[in-house]
Amino acid sequence: MPYALCFLLFMIGLYCAVVKKNMVKIVIGIMIMEYAVNLMLVMLGYHFGGVMPIVERDQMISADGQIAASFISASVDPLPQALVLTAIVISLGSLALLISICIRTYERYGTFDITDIRRLKG
Amino acid sequence: MKGMSLIVKTIGSWVKMLIFVFGVYIVLFGHLTPGGGFAGGVILASSYILLMLAFGKEQAQKNLPLSLVSRLDCLGAILFVFIAVIGLAFGGAFFVNFLHRQYWPGEPFALISAGIIPLSNIVIGLKVGASLFMVVFILSIFRPESPGDKKE
Amino acid sequence: MGMSIFYILLLFIVIAALIAVETKDLLSSVICVGAIGFGGSLMFLFLRAPDIAITQIVVEVLGLIILIRATISRDLTFITGDREFFGMVVSIVILFVIFLVGLKVFETLPDFGTSIFSIAPDAPSRTYIKDGLSGTGAANLVSAVILDFRAYDTLGEASVLFTSIIGATVILRKKSRKLLEETDE
Repeated sequence: MPYALCFLLFMIGLYCAVVKKNMVKIVIGIMIMEYAVNLMLVMLGYHFGGVMPIVERDQMISADGQIAASFISASVDPLPQALVLTAIVISLGSLALLISICIRTYERYGTFDITDIRRLKG
Repeated sequence: MKGMSLIVKTIGSWVKMLIFVFGVYIVLFGHLTPGGGFAGGVILASSYILLMLAFGKEQAQKNLPLSLVSRLDCLGAILFVFIAVIGLAFGGAFFVNFLHRQYWPGEPFALISAGIIPLSNIVIGLKVGASLFMVVFILSIFRPESPGDKKE
Repeated sequence: MGMSIFYILLLFIVIAALIAVETKDLLSSVICVGAIGFGGSLMFLFLRAPDIAITQIVVEVLGLIILIRATISRDLTFITGDREFFGMVVSIVILFVIFLVGLKVFETLPDFGTSIFSIAPDAPSRTYIKDGLSGTGAANLVSAVILDFRAYDTLGEASVLFTSIIGATVILRKKSRKLLEETDE
């Protein structure tokens, strides 16, 4: 059921990117889709009663780094967290690129409305 | 773009130092506590963005010129590949953690441990911080010409 | 507590997204995007992912600064309506069909609360958790995965970020070239 709510968030972002006429609204729709995907990936790695994947000092058994079995069985998955961490920073870079395109288009055509920009059609 | 009022300038000059030190802490302790290079780099960028928003663009240009920022950005990217190639030279594979396996195995939970990972954190923090500060600065100083004279 | 905190936060995020999509004022929708980001950061905290929560909050603040710079300092804050009626109805019908089909895919995944790597016996996450501290020496397993076990992905991310920042700088280049040349001595 939480997966379904996350997918609904993705669909809301997709609707906004497809239907709206204002350029900034389209950019907001793309950002909502990126949030939904990141949330979904981290939710896949969670299990009930999990602890965060950082080893405490008293969970180390021996001096060369063996970890207690209670941590190994209770930790959540570190792999989706690693992938989502880079994805969040990349989404900021792509937001900067999209907004710079919007600003240039506003400077040249005087409007944010994509149905008034007629050069690219046909 | 002018700066803000006197209250914002006074408090901003103290708070930006706190934010910078916090960003350096999150980058350096990235292998022991939550954080790492990416979060710390964004925090470092935001301390300089606070400087730019509170004091105006000319003051920010004097403090950290744009050519220096773009060179720091490229330096960060080159150093990251350099660390990987040194791993190839000393360890036999790209990106291998040669400091931890052969030369300098520290003890766990100390600040100097885990080989390559603190060095990579510092380099990534430098790169991400410089990139994001540069793009927000260039977005702010962009001044358009007269719009709307090209519509047919 | 259990599951109810997740449902409350997800409902808050979905309502904020609906307001961001449908409102006619650009400033309100930018503020609602900020609300989505903060709700997402709280969700990450309850899903036991503290690195991602820190990164999400600071990236959210910088994203709000970039969005407000683009929209509010121009004169245009009220927008006209949607596209024509027939196109909108067709899009909504197609999206609804995709939503229903996608819900059937979720029945192949395990329920929320059992992680993926506990049903796959040879998942790489088992190796990462067991050998994380002894293989790399780092106590933060997410840092060990990013910078030692999967360092190629970090190299790819650094190059993608580099390219997009250079693209944004080149697009906005007309006035700022003078500034670079003046300070270049």
